[in-house]
Amino acid sequence: MLNTIRRKYGFYIVIVLFWLLMTLLKSAGALSSHFASLLVPMTYYAIAAVALNLCVGILGELSIGHAGFMCIGAFSGAIFSLLTKEALPGALRFFLAFLVGIALAALFGFLIGIPVLRLKGDYLAIVTLAFGEIIKNILQAVYFGVDSKGVHLALDMTDFTLEPDGLTLIKGPQGVSGTPRDSSFTVGIIVLLLALVLVHHLMDSRDGRAIMAIRDNRIAAEATGIHVTRYKMLAFTLSAAIAGAAGVLFSHNVTTMTNITNYFNYNASIMLLVYVVLGGIGNINGSVVAAMILYLLPEMMRGLQRYRMLIYAIVLILMMLFNWSPALVEKRRKAVAWLKNKLPGRGKGVA
Amino acid sequence: MSFLNYLINGLSLGSVYAIIALGYTMVYGIAKMLNFAHGDIIMVGSYIVYSAMSMAGMHPAIAILIAMVGCMVLGVVTERVAYRPLRGASSSLAVLITAIGVSYLLQNIALLVFGADTKAFTSVINWKGITLFDGELQIRGTTIITIAVGLLVLFGLQAFIHRTKSGQAMLAVAQDRGAATLCGIDVNKTIAITFAIGSSLAAVAGVLFCSTYPTITPYIGSMPGIKAFVAAVFGGIGSIPGAMIGGLTLGVIEILSRTYISSQLSEAIVFAILIVVLLVKPTGLLGKRVMEKV
Amino acid sequence: MKKKLAVSVVALMTSVLMLAGCGGGASGGSSQGSGGTAGGVFKIGAIGPMTGDGAAYGMAVVNGSKLAVDEINAAGGVNGFTFEHKGEDDELNNEKSMNAYNTLKDWGMQVLVGPTTSGCCIAVSDLAHEDSMFLLTPSGTALDCVKYDNVFRVCFSDPAQGTASAKYLAEKGIGSKYAVIYDSSDPYSSGIYESFNAEASAQGLTIVSAEAFTSDSNKDFSVQLQKAKDGGADLVFLPIYYNQAALILKQAADMNYQPVFFGCDGMDGILTVENFDTSLAEGLILMTPFSADATDERTVNFVKKYQEQFGEVPNQFAADAYDGVYAIKEAIEKKNLTPDMSTEDICKGLMEAFPEITINGLTSSALSWDASGEPNKEPRIFAIEGGKYVVQ
Repeated sequence: MLNTIRRKYGFYIVIVLFWLLMTLLKSAGALSSHFASLLVPMTYYAIAAVALNLCVGILGELSIGHAGFMCIGAFSGAIFSLLTKEALPGALRFFLAFLVGIALAALFGFLIGIPVLRLKGDYLAIVTLAFGEIIKNILQAVYFGVDSKGVHLALDMTDFTLEPDGLTLIKGPQGVSGTPRDSSFTVGIIVLLLALVLVHHLMDSRDGRAIMAIRDNRIAAEATGIHVTRYKMLAFTLSAAIAGAAGVLFSHNVTTMTNITNYFNYNASIMLLVYVVLGGIGNINGSVVAAMILYLLPEMMRGLQRYRMLIYAIVLILMMLFNWSPALVEKRRKAVAWLKNKLPGRGKGVA
Repeated sequence: MSFLNYLINGLSLGSVYAIIALGYTMVYGIAKMLNFAHGDIIMVGSYIVYSAMSMAGMHPAIAILIAMVGCMVLGVVTERVAYRPLRGASSSLAVLITAIGVSYLLQNIALLVFGADTKAFTSVINWKGITLFDGELQIRGTTIITIAVGLLVLFGLQAFIHRTKSGQAMLAVAQDRGAATLCGIDVNKTIAITFAIGSSLAAVAGVLFCSTYPTITPYIGSMPGIKAFVAAVFGGIGSIPGAMIGGLTLGVIEILSRTYISSQLSEAIVFAILIVVLLVKPTGLLGKRVMEKV
Repeated sequence: MKKKLAVSVVALMTSVLMLAGCGGGASGGSSQGSGGTAGGVFKIGAIGPMTGDGAAYGMAVVNGSKLAVDEINAAGGVNGFTFEHKGEDDELNNEKSMNAYNTLKDWGMQVLVGPTTSGCCIAVSDLAHEDSMFLLTPSGTALDCVKYDNVFRVCFSDPAQGTASAKYLAEKGIGSKYAVIYDSSDPYSSGIYESFNAEASAQGLTIVSAEAFTSDSNKDFSVQLQKAKDGGADLVFLPIYYNQAALILKQAADMNYQPVFFGCDGMDGILTVENFDTSLAEGLILMTPFSADATDERTVNFVKKYQEQFGEVPNQFAADAYDGVYAIKEAIEKKNLTPDMSTEDICKGLMEAFPEITINGLTSSALSWDASGEPNKEPRIFAIEGGKYVVQ
């Protein structure tokens, strides 16, 4: 009984405890402002990593374009908040911004999924990369605004003029600015928990088993009567939607999205992939832990100044070797077995 | 006439993509890994040539030779230290992430050694090129030489792979590692050779890349790296002629779309065309369809 | 899998606790809050990209401000107090820039010289406004950078540069047909182009082609140059940074296209690109507040010291940051501010002082500010002749 609870809900409890601890420390003034400001990004990268793990680990398709979905969620959520900044109270507006961001990211996930999921392996990966880059390229080129005459959209700033009462929403490379800073650590944790519940629930459901059957052997799954395309689309769209939620948190934390090349390009997608692989492919909870640690790492090494990113790269390589090298995995397994023999009463003291 | 000029400009850009894609596809096709650090090996090669020529005053040919050897050593060492331990890991993605780590590492080492400032590269090709129709049409010397070197590398690689024993071993390893081992092929050695050749080709590509676009920073490798990946997939994964054709096509599409459609959206258009091509021909231009087995 | 997870969770918790402990300790030790003391030291922070694509600009800002701080301290400090300096990396990323800001805040920063780039500056100015932290950006050119009253800048704004360029060209009658090559993914470049374009049409200048590139395709400019050439442009306006301009000049020479090239402050640095064939830049005109070739005593001294310490010839980023620190010194002296004042009071004092001070800086001999945060200085136009800047 206790074991079941620990297995099923252990990780949620850990997250809630983490939230409680951080909130207490923060209100006691024991957290530095730097560390406190890292808490929100940690949650949204964790959410994005969960989303990508759903695609890579559960569905079994490599995507290197997930920053694109995050980008769509970020932009649509921010635009909604800008439009309703005056009209709606903060909490309701933020909630609706989530719905808008998630819905649009899901829509794009669905539309992109139709062509993408027909492909396989590296070809699929490169098409997701292509879509991610297209989204980024278009969003940094368009000028978009509303005024009393309606909606205006232009590719060149010289074609873009608004009436005096107009509101510029996307200003080309200057992007979206003035988004209210609605994101907080608490909201981030709530969204993270919801995402985790959703994905875990999916994995335990009939649909989830079907999706994993497709991952393990597509032809066999098809032969048993599983509707392959339908389930693939389901997982991919859901994955995009969760990434969109992470995007909404992003845009309501950073508030100014200028020069998006630096955080929504293929490098950002690859960074998400790093979180997923380091945390364990298919291990949803692992992604959360890996995303949080890897986001913290370079920030905590600021004291190293010029050597910061160099050390970060070395640590990343070493962590990969430690976690994945078959030889080391074997050694680790033996060490754990040895420990187990030495400490017969283990179990409760660890978690 | 201006269309022809744009076409030639496209081939010029494409030839650079092609030469990078050749080395990339070699590693990619045989070691079966997306080597995200390939672009950074190009960067290292360029810096070696830069240092040897501009700082030590060496002859270009010697500088290139040093860079090839340097990159070869670098490629083999990274393979041994960072990639080989992960061979046989439960997912092929593990080695891909390590490659990203290697890429960051090389960039940051270059940043510390050479500084962030842009440096101008002295082109190793001083030939101005061919001018036709009273200067209306111009083909740059770098373009002609890059394409020529590309073809040389293409035929050289084809001959090496199909005519030599180690080349045949590479094909075998690419097809089925387990079976290759059973046939007595040393998989580790074969892959090390692949990295050695691929990395020294990266040095050559770096020299040609920097001769065409003569500035160097620690980050010049990342974009060409990703474009070479696109070109390699475009041409068909693992197909060496495919990489050449994929690179050239990519360059031409990029330039023509920038010319005739939109200069802001040229990447979006290039990637959209790539998607359409892959949907029509899901294994790239020259890729082979592999039958799926249950 | 479960075991691995449990281990990772424990690892996370311990590391987080450890870090939180560290963080707490640090903030307890040197925190300024609103009443702490720093023991006679003004803490000046600087932010810019020190790794990644924009590293050259961020390093210049951090080094330039550091040089000024060292100089001031060696010369007896400010009102008997000294400056302490710390630079943080933002990787040209708004989010990381905010993290860098918070790191500096924990360190006890009282005044910020930075961030280096427009986007990061806008993002960080939100935080600085909330905290009432005085922010002086050396090089954030976008209009929105100084939208708060606690934010000032040393450089010209984008609209000021674009408008001044078009006016100058129209006045002097340089060129008859214009082409523009700009970076549409960069707020700085497209901002200047926007105002240049507006002023050019007001002045009746003919723009035959305006072609963009993006940060993902900033190597090959054959299309942009070919269009300018085919349009018969005899002046090409380049509101971009010198590293791309170096490629454009080379490629134009290769295709035998020889218009007049005209750049803004981002062009400064072109002559100091290591190993660059400066004959390619012959005849280039640029509007920049700073010239490393200038012969006045301040500039000669600055360039010499900068080269000794950092091994590079400084560009306008470094000069702007250097002037910024001197302006802060002047303002502190003017209002007799002391380090034991709260950050808010220092901010208030500096905000009052800035519109009143005038300094003799590298980027202008009489640099003063509006209360809106914009600097007042004359744009200086140089042409490159014989590999040197010549004042026009």
